[in-house]
Amino acid sequence: MADSGSEDIAVIGNTDLTPSESENNIKNTMVEKGTNLLKRMEISVAEAEKRTGKNAVNMQETYTVYLVETRALDATSEGTTPVPDSLWRRYSEFELLKNYLLVTYPFLVVPPLPEKRAEFVWHKLSADNMDPDFVERRRVGLENFLLRVASHPALSNDKIFYSFLTEENGWKETVFETGFQAKADSRLKALNATFRVKNADKRFADMKHYGDELQSVISQLLRVRARAADRLYGVYKVHGNYGRVFSEWSAIEKEMGDGLQSAGHHMDAYAASVDDILEEEEHYADQLKEYLFYADAFRAVCRKHELTQYELEMAGQDLTSKKQQQEELATGTVRTFSLKGMTSKLFGQETPEQREAKLKMLETQIEEGEELVKERNAECEEFVKSAWVDIERFKEQKDHDLREALISYAIMQISMCKKGIQVWNNAKECFSKM
Amino acid sequence: MSTGTPRSLPSSGQKSLQDICHPLSAEESARSCSPDTLNTSNPGEKDRSLPNGTPVDTASPASSSSLLNRLQLDDDLDGETRDLFVTVDDPKKHVSTMETYITYRVCTKTTRTEFDFSEYSVRRRYQDFDWLRNRLEDSQPTHLIPPLPEKFVMKGVVDRFSEEFVETRRKALDKFLKRVADHPVLSFNEHFNAFLSAKDLNKRQGLALLTKMGESVKYVTGGYKLRGRPMEFAAMGEYLDIFTQKLGTIDRIAQRIIKEQSEYLMELREYSPVYTSWTSFEEDLHEPLEGVAGCVSNCTSALDELTEDMSEDFLPVLKEYVLYIESMKNVLKKRDQVQAEYETKLEAVVFREDKKTPVPTDVEKCQDRVECFNADLKADWDRWQNNKRQDFRQLLTGMANKNIQYYEKCLAAWESLIPLLQDKQEAKGETN
Repeated sequence: MADSGSEDIAVIGNTDLTPSESENNIKNTMVEKGTNLLKRMEISVAEAEKRTGKNAVNMQETYTVYLVETRALDATSEGTTPVPDSLWRRYSEFELLKNYLLVTYPFLVVPPLPEKRAEFVWHKLSADNMDPDFVERRRVGLENFLLRVASHPALSNDKIFYSFLTEENGWKETVFETGFQAKADSRLKALNATFRVKNADKRFADMKHYGDELQSVISQLLRVRARAADRLYGVYKVHGNYGRVFSEWSAIEKEMGDGLQSAGHHMDAYAASVDDILEEEEHYADQLKEYLFYADAFRAVCRKHELTQYELEMAGQDLTSKKQQQEELATGTVRTFSLKGMTSKLFGQETPEQREAKLKMLETQIEEGEELVKERNAECEEFVKSAWVDIERFKEQKDHDLREALISYAIMQISMCKKGIQVWNNAKECFSKM
Repeated sequence: MSTGTPRSLPSSGQKSLQDICHPLSAEESARSCSPDTLNTSNPGEKDRSLPNGTPVDTASPASSSSLLNRLQLDDDLDGETRDLFVTVDDPKKHVSTMETYITYRVCTKTTRTEFDFSEYSVRRRYQDFDWLRNRLEDSQPTHLIPPLPEKFVMKGVVDRFSEEFVETRRKALDKFLKRVADHPVLSFNEHFNAFLSAKDLNKRQGLALLTKMGESVKYVTGGYKLRGRPMEFAAMGEYLDIFTQKLGTIDRIAQRIIKEQSEYLMELREYSPVYTSWTSFEEDLHEPLEGVAGCVSNCTSALDELTEDMSEDFLPVLKEYVLYIESMKNVLKKRDQVQAEYETKLEAVVFREDKKTPVPTDVEKCQDRVECFNADLKADWDRWQNNKRQDFRQLLTGMANKNIQYYEKCLAAWESLIPLLQDKQEAKGETN
C-alpha cells in the first residue's frame, strides 16, 4: 500500500477489500458511535509457527509468527457461510500496532501486550522465547490483546486496527504513513523531560499514585509467587524419591512388599502432578502480569494528562508575559527589572515608530496566544473528559477481571488440594495393607 | 513418689538387685544350658534373694532359654495377653549445684504376681534407662534389646532442656519401655522389675559382670571366619544391611522434604501480606483480596503444622529404627561369637583326638549354647520383623494422614472463599 501515500487514513483501510469485507466496513463506520468490533467479528489468534528468514542486516534469524483469524458475524452474509480470513503477524507487528494506538489515543488506557520475554517465572520454566509453552502462552496473550482492543468502545473502531486484522500486505506502510512516529518522538521527549505542573489535577495525581501502587504490589506478588512455585516444585519432586526407595525396599520385604511397591507408584504420581499444577498457576500469573502492564498504560495516561496540563500552563504563562510587556510599552512603566529596561536606560528611548511597531506585534502575539490558550484549554478539557471516561471503564474492567482471576485461582487451589487428598488416600490404603 | 531421688542409695531400695547370670555371660553357667536342663532355673538364681521375700521361682520364666516362653512369644505378638503396661510421661527438670537433669515419670500397671502392687509410679532419669539397658544386655545376651535414644546430642545445635527435645526423648524412652514390657522374656527380667518398681535403684550391682562380658569378644576380634554360618543368619545380616541403606535414604528424603517445606513456608509467609497490602488501596477488590490473604495464611499455618509433625513424629521413629537395626546387628554379632567359640573348641578336639572318642561335654555344651542362641534370636527376629511391619505401617499411614489433613485444611479454606468471591460478583452483576 506504499503507493497510496496521499490518501486519507480513513480511506486507506478500505482499499483492496473483498466485497463482503467492504460491507463489513460500511457497517464499521455505521457503528462507530457505539458498539465494538467484537459484536461484528470473531477474532482469534489460532496458531503460532516458527519461521526462519533473513533480517534487516542480512542475518539468519528464527522468529515466531501468529495466525490472526477473523470472521464476520454478519446478518447480511447469512446465506453464504463466511470463510474465516487469516493472516500471519509477527510479535513486532503487534508491538507496532500498540505503539500506534498509544500515540493516537493518549487519553485511553491502551491494552498491554504479553511480555516479550518471560519474566517472574519459576526456574523450571524455560525462559526461552522459542519454548513451545512460552509461545503458546504468548499466543493466548496476543489473542487476548486483540480481543481487548476489539471490545474497547473507542479503540475497536480504529481503521489501522481493522486493517491489521484484515490486510496481510502493506499494513506496516499504512501505519507509518499516519506519521504517528513523529508525534511519538516529540511526545516522548517531552515526557522524558522533567516538568512540574503548577495546578495539578487532584484526581489524576491520585490515579497516578494508584497506578504506582498497583504496579509495585503486583510485581511483588509475582516475585513471591514465582519463588513459592519453585519451593512447591521442590516439595513435590522430592516426594518422588520415595517412589524409588519404596520400590527398592519392597524387594527385600515379604508381606510389606506389595503395599510399598504400589505406594511408591502413588508417590511418583504425586511428584508428577506438580507439573500440571504449576502450569495452571502460570495462567494466574499471566493474568496478573496483564494488569502489571495495564498499570503502566494507566500511568501513561496520567503522565500524558500532566503533559497536556503543562502545555496549557506554559501557553498561559506566555500570554501573561506578553500582556505585561504590552502594558509596559503602553504606559512606559517598568514594573520589573528586565533586560529591556536596562537597554532603554543605556541607549535612550525608542522612537515612537518603533514602539508602535512593537505594540502591534505584541498585539498579534497576544491574540495568537489567547487563541492557543483557548485551544489548549479545550484540548485539556477534552483530554480530561475522555480520559476520565476510559479510566472509569478501566477500573470496572479491572475489578471484574481480577475478581475472576482470584476465583479461578481459588478453584485451581481447590483442585490441587483434591488431587493431593486423592493421592495420599491412595498411598494410605497401600500403607495400611502392609 | 514422683520426686524420688534418681541417685541410687544402696540401702534404701525396696529390692536390692544382684547379678543375674546368664548361661552365656559366665563360664560356670554353661552347665545349665544343655537341652535336658532347659527348664531348670538359671544357676545365678540360687544366690539371689529378694529382701521382701518374693519367691525366687517366680522369676524363672525370665530364663531366656525357657522353651515355654519361646512358644508363648509367638502368641503374644498380638498383644492380647498383655498384662504389663508401662508409660513414660511428665518430664521434670531438676537443678542442683552439681548438675541439671530431667527426670521422667514411669508408671506401671500390671496383674503379674512378680509385682507386689498392681500400680507403680517412679521417677527415672536417662542414666537409669541407660543402666537398665546395660543390665538387660548383660543378663539377656541372646536377646534383642530395644534401643535407647542417643545419649549424646550435638552441643549447641540442640538445647537439651528444650521442650521439643525432652518430648522427643520422652517418646523414645516410652517406646523403649513398651518394647521391653511387651517382650515375653525381657519383661520378666529382674532388673526391669526393679526399674519399674524400686523407689531407688541400686546401680552399683552388676559392675562385676561387665568385666566378665569381655571374654567372648575375643573370638570375633581375632578375625575368626565362621565356617558354617547358617543361611538364615547370613540372610538376616544382608537384610539388615539393605534395610539400613533404605532407611538412610528415607531419612534423607524426609529431611529434604522438611527443608523444602520450611522454605516454601517462608515464601508463603511473605505471600499473604502482599495481598493484605493490596487491599489497602482497592475499594471493590478489598474483600476478595482480604479473603485470599486469609486463605493463604490459613494454608500457611496448616503447612507449618505438617512440617512440625513430620520433624517431630516421623524423623525420630526413623532414627529409632536405625538404632534398632544396630541392636539387631549386635545380637547377630554375638551369635557369631558364640558359634565361633564352639567351632574353635570343636576344631581343637577333632585335631587332638581321633574320631572314636566322644566329644567332650564341654564342647557339647558349647553346641547347645549355639542352638539356644539361634532359637532365641530367631524368635526375636520374627518379633522384630513383626514390630517393624506394624511400626512402619503406622508411621507411613500416619504420614499419609498428616498430608491428607493438610490438604483438607487448605481445601476447606479455599472452598469457603469461593462463595465470598462469587456472591459479590453476582450482587454486583444485579446492580448493573
